[in-house]
Amino acid sequence: MALTFKGGLHVPDYKYYTNKSPVQDIEPAGLYYFPVNQHKGAPLSPIVKPGDYVKVGQKLADTEEYMAAPVHSSVSGTVKSIEPHINNFGLKTETIIVENDGKDEVYEGVHPIENIDALSKRELLWVIRDAGLIGLGGAGFPTHVKLNPSSPIKYLIINGAECEPYITSDHRRMLENTPELIEGIRIVMKVLDVKDAYVGVETNKKDAIIKLREAVRYSDDIKIVPLKPKYPQGAEKQLIKAITGRNVPTGKIPADVGAMVVNVDTVYNIYRAFKKGMPVIERIITVSGDAVKSPGNFRVRLGVPISYLFEQAGGFVEEPHKIIIGGPMMGFAQYSLDVPASKTTSSLIALLHPESVYDEEMPCIRCGKCVVNCPMRLMPNKLNGAALNRDIDAAKKLNILDCIECGLCSYTCPSKRSMLQNISSFKPEVITAIRRENNGK
Amino acid sequence: MENKFTVSAAPHIHTKETVPGIMCDVIIALAPAAIFGCVVFGYKAAVLLLVCIASCVLAEFLFCKAVRKKSTIGDLSAVVTGLLLGMNLPSTCPVWMAVVGSVFAIIIVKQIFGGLGKNFMNPALGARCFMLIAWTSAMTTFNNPLAGFGPDAVSSATPLAAMKAGEAAPSLFNAFIGLIPGTIGETSAACLLLGAIYLLIRRVISIKIPAAYIITFAVFTYFFANKGGMSAWEYTLMQLCTGGLMLGAFFMATDYTTTPTTSAGMIIFGIGCGALTFLIRRFGGYPEGVSFSIILMNIAAPLIEKATIPKSFGQRGGKSK
Repeated sequence: MALTFKGGLHVPDYKYYTNKSPVQDIEPAGLYYFPVNQHKGAPLSPIVKPGDYVKVGQKLADTEEYMAAPVHSSVSGTVKSIEPHINNFGLKTETIIVENDGKDEVYEGVHPIENIDALSKRELLWVIRDAGLIGLGGAGFPTHVKLNPSSPIKYLIINGAECEPYITSDHRRMLENTPELIEGIRIVMKVLDVKDAYVGVETNKKDAIIKLREAVRYSDDIKIVPLKPKYPQGAEKQLIKAITGRNVPTGKIPADVGAMVVNVDTVYNIYRAFKKGMPVIERIITVSGDAVKSPGNFRVRLGVPISYLFEQAGGFVEEPHKIIIGGPMMGFAQYSLDVPASKTTSSLIALLHPESVYDEEMPCIRCGKCVVNCPMRLMPNKLNGAALNRDIDAAKKLNILDCIECGLCSYTCPSKRSMLQNISSFKPEVITAIRRENNGK
Repeated sequence: MENKFTVSAAPHIHTKETVPGIMCDVIIALAPAAIFGCVVFGYKAAVLLLVCIASCVLAEFLFCKAVRKKSTIGDLSAVVTGLLLGMNLPSTCPVWMAVVGSVFAIIIVKQIFGGLGKNFMNPALGARCFMLIAWTSAMTTFNNPLAGFGPDAVSSATPLAAMKAGEAAPSLFNAFIGLIPGTIGETSAACLLLGAIYLLIRRVISIKIPAAYIITFAVFTYFFANKGGMSAWEYTLMQLCTGGLMLGAFFMATDYTTTPTTSAGMIIFGIGCGALTFLIRRFGGYPEGVSFSIILMNIAAPLIEKATIPKSFGQRGGKSK
């Protein structure tokens, strides 16, 4: 029986574009762009200067703060300049541009960590930090901080749900790097000092479930859990609910209920950090959508502009209407193809037309579909009203802070009302108001 | 660089479901019962249905013109209201009454409160109740489809009125198929169920309200009704098949706008409708009661919804399994 949570909806997943295509390597590009800040936490500063020669795996930016994850070069070559360049949020941020010399010289500091068992927890965490690991599923939170929770973990959950439509990069990772992934899970188990791990995979990835089960059949410490294909099955709280039955209370983190969720690609990169000594410098990116000539999964050195990736996927059938980094439910629409692929770029989606067009909003007919489908058991229709009226009290009563911004309410609305947009733009106001209130006390 | 891509906030995909699409589904689901009504009650029934639909759409169009709003007839909700109202009229109803009723439904019940999604009462039902009170005799004169059409038409009491008066009721089979006196669209439980199944499959409606409604009503009727000479089972099934209960439970008590959006609220709403229908039929002056009970519950819907706001995921908190 596939496990799941209450609410949610099976959104047409369009994974057939790429779920059968093996990961392809691509030709190296000329210029690589490394946004200095790709994580959530303390800001970094560049530690190289224009003109410096850098090698594969060499640190480009770091900080003295612990709560940060450094950025590394994915190619060898000369630092051309450090200048503002557009990132995947559409903002111009400090970016280190490296000109690839094609020699692929590996940095001397890159070597496997020997004798992992002898390392203390602190040392293990530093290895992870120095490899620049962040939540590669899209969260971008530094992994070494996450793996050092204040309360003991009972359930370690590896997130292979990949519930967003189109994306198949985690799927291919589970299929093509199964042994490495399992080894990575064991390293995470060691860091957290837990005895079991659960790998949650939606049943629309049957081949991955079979492959993973095969890989763990001689031991019982890692359990492969089939999940019902349903959006947002891969959301942290929903995943924990499905596998452990526990609800993460408002304002708490998973560790407070003894659970932790780590993305499969993050786990794979933890393996690489220890066994190869290689930091996060590449990832699988799904290039998909009806505007792409030959959609596929590509092993990409980070820093490549997305225009180059679309070229590698055969270019466009026709001028696309919308370009999205990430999934179509929670991803970011791009206005430029100059954006570089960063650590959290799991997919590029180019849509011809569309579906992605915003129809004129009609009045709410109170059909209740948003209420039935809300995975957080909220009333998006009422929250939307509260947000439009800027009614902080009502929004608080309706638990606006619980909203995980999955976008299912907007997706499902027959009146095409932009509920999530209104709710998520109002949320910061409510948070500020609550902070002010608490400070007054 | 030129701006060639559309940029907007997530989500970037949407369901293909639209408001006119939903209304269209409702119209398709109502069609079997409406066509059946036209067949058994003759051309007058068809004329009434068309008049109701046309006057509802026209009333909406003119209202929008008058208040300088963009015309909303494209959402097809006026068509649904007209069709539902027509199906709630006896085939003998004068055409001018149907027109007045339609205008009342659209202007007074729906548009004055803000139009689609803002009315607090089901427009078709509001108009029907208004007509029932205003022209009681015209609204309660029904032809018996088994006794002939047109000039031969014989007016007779509905099964519910007959049962209430202690007279013989038609056979259960005729009541289920729809060969009984009644309004144009309410008589055929079979056709209505067919439409209901379509709506359920298309997920336009959820089963919660109709199920709560029908079960509550059936339980009360089975145990507490004054059954005359009939067996409890037969009497209960008879009550379920007649008096527009199927039409009400599946098509009017499930109206989105005037019912709670919460799951618990829907069940309470259905139970309320069932209990009220039973009370009106058992103790009230009217033999029917579906319309009045749904309308009364419509008025209570905002309160029910307020009282049943679900506990959010985060509030359920803790380690409970």
